[in-house]
Amino acid sequence: MLTAQFLLLGAVLFCIGIYGVLARKNAVMVLMSIELILNSVNLNLLAFSVRHGSVDGNTFALYIIAIAAAEVGVGLAMVLLIYRNRRTIALDDLSEMKG
Amino acid sequence: MLAAEATEEILASTGWFLENAWVIPIVPAVAFVLIIFFGKKMPMKGSEFGVASMLASLVLAVGAAWQWIQRVDGVSHAAHSVAEEGAKHGAPFVAPIIREWTWWQSGGFEFGIGQHIDGLALTLLVVVAFISSLVQIYSLEYLRGDRRYTHFFAALTLFSAGMLCMVLAPNMVQLILGWEIMGLCSFMLIGHWWEEEANSRAALKAFFTVRVGDMGLLIGTGILFFSANSWTQEHLGVSGFNISGLSAWAMSGAASQSALTWGAVALFVACIGKSGQFPLHTWLPDAMAGPTPVSSLLHSSTMVVAGVFLVGRLYPVFWEGMKIGDTNINFIVLIGGITIVIAALLAFVQHDIKKVLAYSTVSQLGYMMLGLGAGAWLPAIFHIFTHAFFKACLFLAAGSVSHSGSHHSFDMKKDMGGLAKKMPVTATTWIISTLALAGVFPLAGFFSKDEIIDNVGHNGYNAFMIVGLSGAFLTAAYMTRATYLTFFGEARGAAAGEHHDEHDAHAAHDDHDAHVGHDTHAGHGAHDDHGDHGDHGPHESPKLITIPLVILAALALVAGLANATPFGSNWERFKKYVEPSSEYVVAESAMASGPGESIVLPAAEEGAKKEGCAVVDPEEGKVCYFPTVSHAKFKWSKAALSLLIVAVGLVSSWLFCVQYYTRRNRRLVGLTERNVVLRGGYKVLWNKYYLDALYEKVIVRAVAYPISRAAYWFNQNVLDGIVNAAGKISRRVAGWVYRNIDQRVVDGAVNGSGAAARGTGGALRPVQSGKVNQYGALLFAAAAIGALILVIINT
Repeated sequence: MLTAQFLLLGAVLFCIGIYGVLARKNAVMVLMSIELILNSVNLNLLAFSVRHGSVDGNTFALYIIAIAAAEVGVGLAMVLLIYRNRRTIALDDLSEMKG
Repeated sequence: MLAAEATEEILASTGWFLENAWVIPIVPAVAFVLIIFFGKKMPMKGSEFGVASMLASLVLAVGAAWQWIQRVDGVSHAAHSVAEEGAKHGAPFVAPIIREWTWWQSGGFEFGIGQHIDGLALTLLVVVAFISSLVQIYSLEYLRGDRRYTHFFAALTLFSAGMLCMVLAPNMVQLILGWEIMGLCSFMLIGHWWEEEANSRAALKAFFTVRVGDMGLLIGTGILFFSANSWTQEHLGVSGFNISGLSAWAMSGAASQSALTWGAVALFVACIGKSGQFPLHTWLPDAMAGPTPVSSLLHSSTMVVAGVFLVGRLYPVFWEGMKIGDTNINFIVLIGGITIVIAALLAFVQHDIKKVLAYSTVSQLGYMMLGLGAGAWLPAIFHIFTHAFFKACLFLAAGSVSHSGSHHSFDMKKDMGGLAKKMPVTATTWIISTLALAGVFPLAGFFSKDEIIDNVGHNGYNAFMIVGLSGAFLTAAYMTRATYLTFFGEARGAAAGEHHDEHDAHAAHDDHDAHVGHDTHAGHGAHDDHGDHGDHGPHESPKLITIPLVILAALALVAGLANATPFGSNWERFKKYVEPSSEYVVAESAMASGPGESIVLPAAEEGAKKEGCAVVDPEEGKVCYFPTVSHAKFKWSKAALSLLIVAVGLVSSWLFCVQYYTRRNRRLVGLTERNVVLRGGYKVLWNKYYLDALYEKVIVRAVAYPISRAAYWFNQNVLDGIVNAAGKISRRVAGWVYRNIDQRVVDGAVNGSGAAARGTGGALRPVQSGKVNQYGALLFAAAAIGALILVIINT
């Protein structure tokens, strides 16, 4: 079945996204990696939706796209503010939350 | 048969006043509350409530007495027509009007409250309401301007409520209630001027002395209740507190003799305390520290006869318990006889006019007890009746003398004398009452006192008849002495118009005996406006004082005619209306009523046997309420003897007084210093037989000292030992606890938790690097581990 390939593609994208979140220092790159993770999840949802012949997965995927757009908006705004304050968006320098 | 039916018809008639006699004490009780709460705001400072309530009570009591007379008349009229056929031996039975409601219940016992109206109760009701009314009117003037005027009237009114409540008690519980209210009011009124220490001491003495006797009242009531309760419940359906029930039980022959004897003895101890009998009479003369109206009302005519009333009320119990029917000497006769003589002798050496009257009261109460103890029930009760009038009159006259004649002094030797011309009304009423008290024919005292003496002899107590006669001689003599010193001879001190400083006067006769019988100091405080009557010398008292005096003196003249035995049986009204019948009564009908209902009157037993109650026990189903008492037949020869003795007493005392006090006869003056026997006698009397010393120095010391020493020892050794031991033990325990539990366990736990938190904090600290990447790595690692666990579980 074709769905297995879709799921496989989703898993690959998820792993790439994880790697991007953990390894990248640029905040914009981290945001893009998060987008990748979200989209891999979307792929999974669509694959199962096709497999079970229901539209629930499609509906969820639409929601996630909408929420991802909002999330990127918020994330980019925070990055902009951080840049304005610190003149850098390197995540390694942002260790204010150190306990 | 027709006659019997008619009997029942007439018998059933009672009246509103009889049915509702229980209202009589309620009226002054309400007035008391009104005086306490609103008295000070009223125009007459609350006294109007007191006077009005007493007058209302008097009207109710007289109404009830009137209806009772009609009731007795109806019964005896009907009984007479029956008696045509059968032989009658005594007065027909007239049922008392008993109504009882449940007051409270406790542990299966039911305590009732209500009324028990018969001749005895009505006599006392009328006397108490009447004397109270007059005394309150008198007090309006006597206490004018007193600083505790309102409280005085409140206490006086509450006292009357208590006395009336006691008099109509249908059971012992209500009787004790009234008895204790009176005791409290007596305390408050004796100590009315408590700023003077002697007055508050006298109040305490009265309270505690009476209290000693009151123990007997509680014990006696308890003994009688537990012995009688089952019998009365079974036969009459009432509790063992019920006075009728107790009477019937005592007369039934079913009662245990020892219970009766000890119950009677215990109750009589209470009567000794309340009625000032030897050896507990010592409180009564000291009680004269109270204002004179109080002495007149409480300590002569009403409260102190409560003990006599109790004996008269539960007479069957005393009759059987003390075996009064025998002619052997019993407890009551003995105490009464001793009291007559010792109190009369004490009256001779008093300087204080009120103390003379106080000892006279004690002596007269002795007569009443003697009469009761010797089976002369009716004369004793009649003596209560007559004595109330003339003794109240004497006290009020003494108060009038001090109020207007002697500048608030009560000292006959220092501040009186020759007052008869200055105060004619007071002197006349005093002399009439004195003659009545001495028993001069035809005044009130003659008919009652002579009857007592006569009946005591008639019932076989010959020795005590002689005691009674010598008491009559002494009474005549000491009253003459008091009269002479007060109203005749030369005027002395304040009576002569001297305006001496009161405090000096008091310091002068400041003997070892605290002079409690003087209103003077307090009068000083009360009468700040001395200009009114202090500086003008002796004069007659105002109308508010003399009118009660005149009324009482008039009654002292004529009250004896209410039971004038010498004039034949038609004159014996008191006997007819007051003395209970000694008929056998059918038990069921006598007590068949429920609470709150009037009792259906039983028909008098027809064709009764010759033997009366107390001679033969009643048959099954019948009860007796009163023993058969015999009455002496009046003989002029016996009366002449006692009148002669009284006359000798009066005349010899008068001649002695003239010689001694006015002429200063050399052979008489100073006799007590010259003659050893007389000096010894005088010293014993002056020290009141050393009874006060005995009580205060010996008994109180013997009781109180060991108790205090034992208490001190107990305190030092036992209590302190316990406290110290407890201290040491707790100290050791605390040390151990500190070392082991506090230091190790509690602190260990606190420190341990701190260390643990610190350790975990330190261990987890590197995790919180502040780097987002690391957080994300942890997040995903956790998610991955969670996913792994899910996979493992699901497969």
